[in-house]
Amino acid sequence: MAIEVRVPTVLRKHTAGERRVSGQADDLRGLIDDLGARHNGLRSALVADDGSLHRFINVYVNDEDVRFIKGIDTPLSDGDVVSILPAVAGG
Amino acid sequence: MTTAQGNREFHLDRETHAALIEHARSDFPYEVCGLLAGVDGRFTKHYRIPNAARSMTFYNMDPKAMLVAMNEMDDNDWDLLGIYHSHTHTAAYPSATDVELAFYADAVYLIVSLQDVDRPHVRAFDIVDGVITERTVVVDGKHLAHPSR
Repeated sequence: MAIEVRVPTVLRKHTAGERRVSGQADDLRGLIDDLGARHNGLRSALVADDGSLHRFINVYVNDEDVRFIKGIDTPLSDGDVVSILPAVAGG
Repeated sequence: MTTAQGNREFHLDRETHAALIEHARSDFPYEVCGLLAGVDGRFTKHYRIPNAARSMTFYNMDPKAMLVAMNEMDDNDWDLLGIYHSHTHTAAYPSATDVELAFYADAVYLIVSLQDVDRPHVRAFDIVDGVITERTVVVDGKHLAHPSR
């Protein structure tokens, strides 16, 4: 299934400057594996060593925060748009 | 953590400067946060983003509101020029958490301090790889004086 991924400026160093890339997967975990295989460094920017999403990375499927869906197990369908944004947070 | 005194400037127009302070005051004593978008250093839009943490010591931009703002910037080819938040009880200087979570190296981090509520103060910093470099805030061409240093 073809998934469109919006890549934020701060992660475009991993996608040769591309602001949109596409991937093939039926869930978010698979998408990250697929993207990671083709875009060096992108996987470690998104997931921790234990395979969970980094706490301060926001991932959205069709503008919905995946924390409120099924996190990294969120299912994907053909034509879904996945957006990624590092959190903006501090003290 | 190291700090350098840079010689770069960050330019704000009077309206935006006032709007940042007004926003900071609007939810006192809680921290507020937002984004400044622009092109070639000229602001195109000021986004007030809800603080999902609604805390006096922490801010976390509401993910959905942030996405809407970032997508609008991207669709318009605007740059993220500034990321701001308020400190309601401490100086306008990045905390350890601010440095740890500074993921947007290309943006300037602005802090609005209401520590002296009668004399709100805005300072600007580059935060890159854990290194804080202060910028001089210039409002309508006038250098903003530091209350203390």
